[in-house]
Amino acid sequence: MARIDVLKTYKLYINGAFPRGESGRVYEVKDSKGAFLANPCQASRKDLREAVVAARAAQNGWVSATAYLRGQILYRAAEMMQARKSEFVDAIIALEGKSPKAASDEVDSAIDTWVWYAGWSDKVSTIAGSTNQVSGPFYNFTIPEAVGVVTIFAEAKSTLLSLVSSIGAAISTGNTCIVIAAEKAPLTAITLAEVLATSDLPHGVVNILTGKSAELVSWVGSHMDIDAVDVSGLTKKQEADVRLEGAENLKRIHRFTEVRSAQRILSFVENKTVWHPIGI
Amino acid sequence: MLLNSVSVDELARDEESLKRFLRTLPPVDQVGVEGRAAMLSTRSIKNASKNFAIDLAIRMVDLTTLEGADTPGKVKALCNKAVRPDPTDSTVPHVGAVCVYNDMVSIARAHLDSIGGHDVPVAAVSTAFPSGRASQAVKIQDTKDALDAGAGEIDMVIDRGAFLSGRYGEVFDEIKLIKSLCGEKAHLKVIFETGELVTYDNVRKASFMAMLAGADFIKTSTGKVAPAATPPVVLVMLEAVRDFHIMTGRKVGVKPAGGIRTTKDAIKQLVLVNETAGEEWLSPNLFRIGASALLNDLLMQRMKMRDGRYSSSNYVTLD
Repeated sequence: MARIDVLKTYKLYINGAFPRGESGRVYEVKDSKGAFLANPCQASRKDLREAVVAARAAQNGWVSATAYLRGQILYRAAEMMQARKSEFVDAIIALEGKSPKAASDEVDSAIDTWVWYAGWSDKVSTIAGSTNQVSGPFYNFTIPEAVGVVTIFAEAKSTLLSLVSSIGAAISTGNTCIVIAAEKAPLTAITLAEVLATSDLPHGVVNILTGKSAELVSWVGSHMDIDAVDVSGLTKKQEADVRLEGAENLKRIHRFTEVRSAQRILSFVENKTVWHPIGI
Repeated sequence: MLLNSVSVDELARDEESLKRFLRTLPPVDQVGVEGRAAMLSTRSIKNASKNFAIDLAIRMVDLTTLEGADTPGKVKALCNKAVRPDPTDSTVPHVGAVCVYNDMVSIARAHLDSIGGHDVPVAAVSTAFPSGRASQAVKIQDTKDALDAGAGEIDMVIDRGAFLSGRYGEVFDEIKLIKSLCGEKAHLKVIFETGELVTYDNVRKASFMAMLAGADFIKTSTGKVAPAATPPVVLVMLEAVRDFHIMTGRKVGVKPAGGIRTTKDAIKQLVLVNETAGEEWLSPNLFRIGASALLNDLLMQRMKMRDGRYSSSNYVTLD
């Protein structure tokens, strides 16, 4: 008798769990040749709301962990990515139509990029912080601190590489994030969720939603508990919407092109300056 | 099930007759009550109802701080919040009451009066809260202190040890005694600590016993023991209250406390109230919710309903 394949259910990743979407909707994802590939969940604004609650709840613990520990945990995630390399390669070949060699190179590069961002966690304050000369009896320090909850609209091109650079840059300094995967190519994001779920990352630090980003744009823009948005995966028109709504709570909104860039990290930190009296 | 014309005094003439009456109470169908509570909590609430429910829930909150680390400053801040939950929005109603430990009652009362919160009563936890482990003399003095300091409501705990050992008469007499101290001055809420009563049957028995002894409210928990105010437990208590009303014509309130943290939880409780005890109980006079974190979530949901954007805890006070 022929064996019946065990097919995978593609789900969301919220607070360390893999729920189906609140609305129960799914949508069709096709491969690069137009054949049916998968039915991932179509997240609703309520899934977004749950993800923000999870990210907010996780943020204090994540930013309070030592930078060294955050780096170690991120490195552990790179180890898990390495172990699942073939799954990433398959997804990239199917979704982005790349050759096996190109796909394999992209995954290698993504893993290296993740390690690159892992290394930054305990170096950011050395590079971006400073001791400042002031005309008074004070020690004066400037320390970069995580802004809080970052929402990432992932790019549709080189999905794994762009996911890794967006997430790595956001969380290495202690932010937590909600990723809205590229609408047409969400499978690498879902596999990445499975990697992160097995890599000591505290629940809620990274939450991944799949679905139609257009219906979530204004909810992300208007949400008062989101502190920053990476709009790399949005159109200029959508970015303008996020900026308009996001002005209400002064969201940090950025678009990036470079994969490995310290600027990506520094975009999602705030500088805190401390005046400490000398002699006390 | 229950007769219309029974005399309450007759039921509780002595310990024997009380026990006999409590034995006649039908046992609770555990699967049924849990199923019904779960079914009622899936009700979909539309926007207009949600606006109503949020404001009603705010009016029902007994804003509580019961911590060893409480200070006069913290209690005063709580009072400010009770009178004006959202300082930026004067349309938010004040809460049902402020619930504090005994020694904070006078501070809370004085502060509430000084900021125009005359309508907000102070509830004091009493009779050796939360364990109830003290001599009767101590419990009496505890209650008197609270009443003298201006408490409008007394939240007493029952002696769970005595109840679970079947010494119902002892618990009954104690509730009656505290009720007589409260007199007309204060409402009496009787806390069962349902997490320690173990079965729904015990919850039903305790409910009837407290109501017979003269409780104005029956309350699930101290907030110090989990599980606390789970929907099935509240459902059992609401059924008891409804049956007691049919039986004697007296309306007794219900106060779930502990574990109700979100607007969703609170609205589920309101659905239970409406579907079990009835619409009349949808009032702070007959239903209260003991909570501290809940109020912030209610306020955040209220902002969401008003502004159409999800709010953040940055826009409500920390405590």
